[in-house]
Formats: sequence, C-alpha cells, structure tokens
Amino acid sequence: MTYKVTEEGNISTVFLNGEIDMDVTESAKEVILPLIEAGKEVHLNLKDVSYMDSSGISVLIESHQQALEKGNKVIVKEVSKSVLKVIMMAKLEQILNLE
Amino acid sequence: MNIEESKDFLVSTGSLKEVRVFSREVFEKLKLEQELKDELVLAIAEAAQNIVKHGYKGVDSTTDKMQIKISMKDSELEIGFFDKGKAVVPENVQHRKLDDIKPGGLGTFFIKQIMDAAVFKKDEKGWVNHLVLTKKII
Repeated sequence: MTYKVTEEGNISTVFLNGEIDMDVTESAKEVILPLIEAGKEVHLNLKDVSYMDSSGISVLIESHQQALEKGNKVIVKEVSKSVLKVIMMAKLEQILNLE
Repeated sequence: MNIEESKDFLVSTGSLKEVRVFSREVFEKLKLEQELKDELVLAIAEAAQNIVKHGYKGVDSTTDKMQIKISMKDSELEIGFFDKGKAVVPENVQHRKLDDIKPGGLGTFFIKQIMDAAVFKKDEKGWVNHLVLTKKII
C-alpha cells in the first residue's frame, strides 16, 4: 500500500493505493487517525485500492467513529467496485459516508 | 475441470499477499468468473488472517508454516487450511452482530457469506487445526 495526502483548507484527502490487508492496516491508521485527531475533515479516496479485507473495513469503521467523536466526519470517495462489494457485504454502505 | 494445489506459507501478516497471489493463480486456471474469484480470494485471505491473528495471538514471530490446499472435483470446491497454532474451539468461532458497528469481527462473517460451509476437522497429519471451506461451483 502507498498513499498520498493533499490539503485544502480543513480538508485532508488521503489517496490510498494498492491492497489493504492486515499487514498494512497499522500504516493506514498512522496516516489517517492523526488527521482526524487534529480536527481535519478527512476524505479517503479509494479509487486505486484494488482489494480490501475485513482489516481494511475496520480502518474505515475506526476512522468514521473517531471522527464522530470529534464532531467531524470522514468521507469515503471513489470506491472501486471490488471494495464497494466488501463494504456492502458488511452492510456498511448506509453507515459510512460514501461519495 | 478438476484440480488440486497446495502451498505452505510462513505464519505472518506479510504472507497474506502471497496467499492471495496463490489463490488467484489457482482460480485463474479454473477459469472462474472475476466476481466469484474475488469473493473466494477474500474468503481464503480471511481464513488465513484468522490463523495469523487468533491462532498465533501473542506470538511476535514464528517459523511455523500454514498450508492451504485448494481442490476442485466435480464442481465441488474445497479449500483446506492447516496450521499448528492454538487449538480452535469451533463453538467459540463467532462473528460480531452486524448492527454492533465496531472494528473487527467481520472475517468469519465474510467467510460464511461466501462459502457454503466451514468445518473444523480432526486431522492426523501433525497439524493442530484443519479448517475446510466448501462451495458448490455452478
């Protein structure tokens, strides 16, 4: 997994790339959670994420919940078809903010 | 098409990508539809992850191997997982309730969604756990 972060005002967009599994979830959280903690509105762009398992789904849930606790939100954008299927299998499409 | 392929993997999160690569290669040979291949790879990866995460919980690193065997005979797909981790108590393998939204606990749910059956079998080949996933391929 690789990533890139862009900033625009109070919005941080994290572009994740590759496959998100248990081996990289800590790295993903190390990028995303401090931005949420800093009060940023985080946009997760998943257009280049080709695979995500339950560990990756956990990162999305943890990010979503941490943002709610801070009175903020995480928006999950441009979800690839294969990842959307996993999100829907977990019945999270109505919970996460998908765009 | 009938097939039987197996491979050993180091019990490590770093092996999960290799597990997916192996699985995709086998399913490529079986010429399964992409959507089905993706689902099956996810189920296999989740089962392998469970071995690393739960079977070796508290173990920083190990030289132990786990073995994955994929076989297809008469449209019946069988995927075997062999490991030497902590003995699994099948009754304790539960996924979390879906409406209890929190990180974790989804891997077993995904496996049950994708496969027809998931059964732990007794094995006499020196392994501790032997999980068998099956699915009828129509």
